Amino acid sequence: MHQDAEFRKGVSEAVGDPRIRRTFRARMDLLMAKRRSAFPDPEAWDELRRAATRIRADSISRLPDLLQQLETNCASNGIRVHWAETADDANRTVFEIMRGHDARQLIKGKSMVSEEMGLNDYLASRGIDCLESDLGEFIVQLAGERPSHIIAPAIHKDRVQVAKLFKEKFPDVSYTEEIEALTGDARRMLRRKFFEASVGLTGVNFAVAETGTLCLVENEGNGRLCTTLPKVHIAVMGIEKVVEKLSDIPPLLNILVRSATGQSITTYFNMISSPRRRGEKDGPGEVHLVLLDNGRSGIYRDRELDATLRCIRCGACMNHCPVYSRLGGHAYPGTIPGPIGALLEPQIAGLDRLGALPTASTLCGACSEVCPVGIPIPELLNRLRAEGVRKGSEGIAGSGSRRRFREALVWRFWQMMCTRPRIYRGALSLAAGMPSVLTRLFGPWTRSRTLPVPAGKSLHVICRDRGLEHE
Amino acid sequence: MSEARDRILARLRGRGKGHTGRLGRSGATLSRRRPDDLIGAFQRRAEALHAQVYRVDPTGWPRLLGQLCREKMLGNLLYGPGGPLGGELREASREQQGLPDLVGFEREVELCREQIFFEIEASVTSVRAGVAASGTLVLWPTVEEPRSMSLVPPIHFAVLDSRSIHATFADVVEKESWNRGMPTNALLISGPSKTADIEQTLTHGMHGPTELVILLLT
Repeated sequence: MHQDAEFRKGVSEAVGDPRIRRTFRARMDLLMAKRRSAFPDPEAWDELRRAATRIRADSISRLPDLLQQLETNCASNGIRVHWAETADDANRTVFEIMRGHDARQLIKGKSMVSEEMGLNDYLASRGIDCLESDLGEFIVQLAGERPSHIIAPAIHKDRVQVAKLFKEKFPDVSYTEEIEALTGDARRMLRRKFFEASVGLTGVNFAVAETGTLCLVENEGNGRLCTTLPKVHIAVMGIEKVVEKLSDIPPLLNILVRSATGQSITTYFNMISSPRRRGEKDGPGEVHLVLLDNGRSGIYRDRELDATLRCIRCGACMNHCPVYSRLGGHAYPGTIPGPIGALLEPQIAGLDRLGALPTASTLCGACSEVCPVGIPIPELLNRLRAEGVRKGSEGIAGSGSRRRFREALVWRFWQMMCTRPRIYRGALSLAAGMPSVLTRLFGPWTRSRTLPVPAGKSLHVICRDRGLEHE
Repeated sequence: MSEARDRILARLRGRGKGHTGRLGRSGATLSRRRPDDLIGAFQRRAEALHAQVYRVDPTGWPRLLGQLCREKMLGNLLYGPGGPLGGELREASREQQGLPDLVGFEREVELCREQIFFEIEASVTSVRAGVAASGTLVLWPTVEEPRSMSLVPPIHFAVLDSRSIHATFADVVEKESWNRGMPTNALLISGPSKTADIEQTLTHGMHGPTELVILLLT
């Protein structure tokens, strides 16, 4: 229960911090407006979403076949494929590759899988420096924080905070609060690093099985630098990111970018199919692809929850979530915050450790409405809530771990009462007559709320008195 | 590691056949909205993404390039001597059409890294295709015109033949049969490098070129 306790603490802190609420509300409002303007035609949106959903659902349904096809085609293109069952295995693989090249520094493009692996800490403890090169990730790394949003990692920071951070970490750089100047400072600092780097690491947005191609979506160009100039490129990817055909890519790219930032396209879409070929003058001599399972094959076993694996990490669900926009990303334990995180993380870590996360939802349905691949997030969150308190421990990891005897008993009693009219009526009049009993009964709930005073007469009774018939 | 592979695949295959997974692919073809005026649409979209677009006749581009280099006060220009633009560039340079010093990308990047990173002020490359729907350039970097050329210098001039503009990215993939064989690196480039990571404020020139200049041959 340790992580659940951490979550509760994070929630209290976030709710008590007006700056978090103000910042996230403003940022999320802007992201929602941008997304809305990117899909002006509801029919076109619907058509695109159905296509993207079909592609992702179909890919997931044939996941083992596609992974083998991807492996075969990558290998014949000269990309070395590694399989990792756990985050630790993946970290070890990256470390071994680096050691093989005697490399002491890793320059990174944005990768949520590397966050999931805890790669930076793993390598740091073995004497290897990791440098984040995406501007948002760079800021978050300098501040010693975690990303608070999967698309915009430093969305919780304002320009003054960034300016102070740069001044603190790089005293030689002159202080400025101009965003353009701050960006220019970061460009110059990181250029030198790209110039020196011998190993680059990135994530993968999509991998195409039929051609053995790794696709990266970005605006800054750091992903291209990481995959073009160092001698070695390591790509880390969750096993669910594979699609079958190259023709699957245009609709997925289109809907990913529009959903994420409301852009019609990103500056760069980088498709990598091999290491440097004979005669070519740049590009890495080695490309490694690390395929990470880390619990995904467990999610895959369940034919309802496997929809979780369709996710293309656009972040639209968190932008539209009333819970995320009040808490911000740091309140959530695990790597991915927001609705998709609340769904994914407990399935990876187990409901015994992160079982409280699925309760961080009002089930309002905004997330599933904007999801570009039609993941029914509220339904699945509800399923996880039920799994957590089910009788017995079969099913997904940690099933039944949140079942409490007293709570189960209360619900049994409730069920019994609601299915027997005479007992129900008796209990109702008893409760209406003694509000103080209710206050005690709802103790924890009334600590921060005022209990509504029950009416003297129930709705049933009022209706009967007025002579209304049940229709 | 191959044991890990076998165990992961065994777990994935272990769930057995079921009826819920496949939705079929029948409807995966999208009705694509194709702009009527491909060149106009391309230019509008590219300019909306802060690319600078100049229409020029197919023989006049070296002169225009020279003029733009002068305006931007560039001291040198990286090019691919063996690439499709190489001959015309050298000729224009001989005829003194205002081009700055031409620097050929002739050696492996390891041997000219310092120069590429810290001395080169701009580059010029050819373009494989354009995408009208998004104002995108499609590049397949080659031995003659390597990947770094459209990435490291602060200004990238791209020469695009308007006849190679397609309506959508899906059209390019389909009509050029990309699935028959992909290059080491295929790129879509839409506008100059940018970021909005500080207060969601759009700023150009994060890591890639600060300016993207498209010479559109019509």
